[in-house]
Amino acid sequence: MSKKIEKKTILKIEDFSSRIRKNILEMSNEAGANSSHFGGALSIVEIISTLFCHKMRINEDKNWAKRDRFILSKGHSCLAYYAALSEIGYIKKSELKTFEKDGSNLLGHPVANEKLGIDFSNGSLGMGLSLGIGLAISSKKKNLNFNVYVILGDGECNEGSVWEAAMSGAHFKLDNLFAIIDRNNFQQTGTSDEIMSLNNLREKWSSFGWNVLEVDGHNISEILNALSSVISDKPTALIANTIKGKGFSFSENNNNWHHAVMTKSNYEKALEEIENSKKINDRI
Amino acid sequence: MIEYNEKNIKTWSLVGSRATFGLISLELAKKEKDLMILTSDVSTSAGLDRFRKTFPEKYIDVGIAEQNLIGIAAGLSSEGYKVFTTTFAPFQTMRCCEQIKVNLGYMKKKVNLVGLASGLVLGNLGYTHCCIEDISITRSIPNLTVISPADCVETAKAIESSLEHENSVYIRLTGGQNNPQVYTKDYKFKIGKAIKLLDGDDVAIFCTGTMVKECLIAADILKSKSLNCSVINIHTIKPIDKKIIEEMSNKKKLIVSVEEHSVIGGLGSAISEVKSTIENSPKQLFIGIPDQYKFSGSYKFLKEKYGLEAKSIAKKILNSYKV
Repeated sequence: MSKKIEKKTILKIEDFSSRIRKNILEMSNEAGANSSHFGGALSIVEIISTLFCHKMRINEDKNWAKRDRFILSKGHSCLAYYAALSEIGYIKKSELKTFEKDGSNLLGHPVANEKLGIDFSNGSLGMGLSLGIGLAISSKKKNLNFNVYVILGDGECNEGSVWEAAMSGAHFKLDNLFAIIDRNNFQQTGTSDEIMSLNNLREKWSSFGWNVLEVDGHNISEILNALSSVISDKPTALIANTIKGKGFSFSENNNNWHHAVMTKSNYEKALEEIENSKKINDRI
Repeated sequence: MIEYNEKNIKTWSLVGSRATFGLISLELAKKEKDLMILTSDVSTSAGLDRFRKTFPEKYIDVGIAEQNLIGIAAGLSSEGYKVFTTTFAPFQTMRCCEQIKVNLGYMKKKVNLVGLASGLVLGNLGYTHCCIEDISITRSIPNLTVISPADCVETAKAIESSLEHENSVYIRLTGGQNNPQVYTKDYKFKIGKAIKLLDGDDVAIFCTGTMVKECLIAADILKSKSLNCSVINIHTIKPIDKKIIEEMSNKKKLIVSVEEHSVIGGLGSAISEVKSTIENSPKQLFIGIPDQYKFSGSYKFLKEKYGLEAKSIAKKILNSYKV
């Protein structure tokens, strides 16, 4: 059952998303010849924005025991994560410019860093959900009542360890655990149908005992509604249908942008597209 | 507090290292509020059936899923729990090797891993269940301490010490029931500090796990042939006690390493990595399992085939010393 969400909440999250998208572009440009995982970061912008801007219980204390926990299991999408942490004040804007530079805290996959509010190192696929299960069990045992949000890639669901974790999340009745699957239908070297068919992901998670909801992963009210549709004693999985490279004409559904170098001309084109969309929004 | 009295020591030896782990866990649970023991469907094999019933709130079975085992353990650790995981050594170290690397090594989430029935004790079950590679593999992961107890008393010491140790620890349990005793009373155990059990002028024998007892017997045999051996229990393979290796390398004519493990990457390699930096250091004889999965059969049969019982060890040392 969908709930009415206040328009100002949606606008606030949309605004947050726009800034994240802009910062993804800037960091990708900073990375230069090092390349960056551009496409998979853009597909999770609305998801991560909904979490960090509104849904998650967080405050300025990065170690607050009752804070909701976040794990970016598809660690290569860290551009979106760093941008979100910057928006909530955990990472200085100036530090974003160090992305993938020598000696930086912000590498091409997240490295656990208490000062920056990054709780876990990720990058090797298929590991994040298990960590999340440990956290969710702890939340219940210690009566801290925090939620755990884990973002996984659809390609990541090729990993057997994801399904070990899925099985146990349901077994331990972790209704404080959310797995959000970025269903952009691509993985590194092709579509998921070409590389390894995932078939019906919804049925898969459902048959593992999860409360499953399918949403448009760029529609904030759908994401928010789904995150509120919890069933007691069941973990929740969101199959978020997304567009890899979402937000820029040259990168949308173009898997060459899985990990690519931002050229000057693309950078300028992207800036222009951001400006144009602002103008359209202003008119609306 | 664990009591290292005569009665307990006898009991531990009788039941073997796996069941000793179960008994020690029961003691630790009484005082450690945040203790958590995770297994992957091996509660009986790990001697944890009583623990499971007595402290259900401190016990989690994740099913036959070792990658998930380590991930959940790391998650609990990051929330302040003092976590042990356990299953048979190959599954504890290799099936989930990358989870150990990333979660325990790279991320430094502290988890103590207990590898059951390592070495050759499960020989009858084949090499899927034997484990002759784990020291080599775990030793190469930064921020991971590797302990290989000599007997059941040292198993108890290792488990107790690992709880407060800064790093994650891999505890490699070898041997079966009626585990031969090296220690018959309480003694001082410190992670990283080797223990010289016997002093002899000619040869230094570095040994670990069940091989410690065999080497003590081998040293007796050699003494009767006028060859005097020092026997050093290297219970901590990483970080290795460099000082004692340097000391022995400067004094003895032959260095020997003895392990119930592959000769590649284990105790022998760890010693040679230190020894090779010492000028004019003596030759090293590696005694262990050759680079192969060859013989099959009982523990006793395999130890004989690989020359890992006292008599064979003594013979190899004598031959090497003579050359």
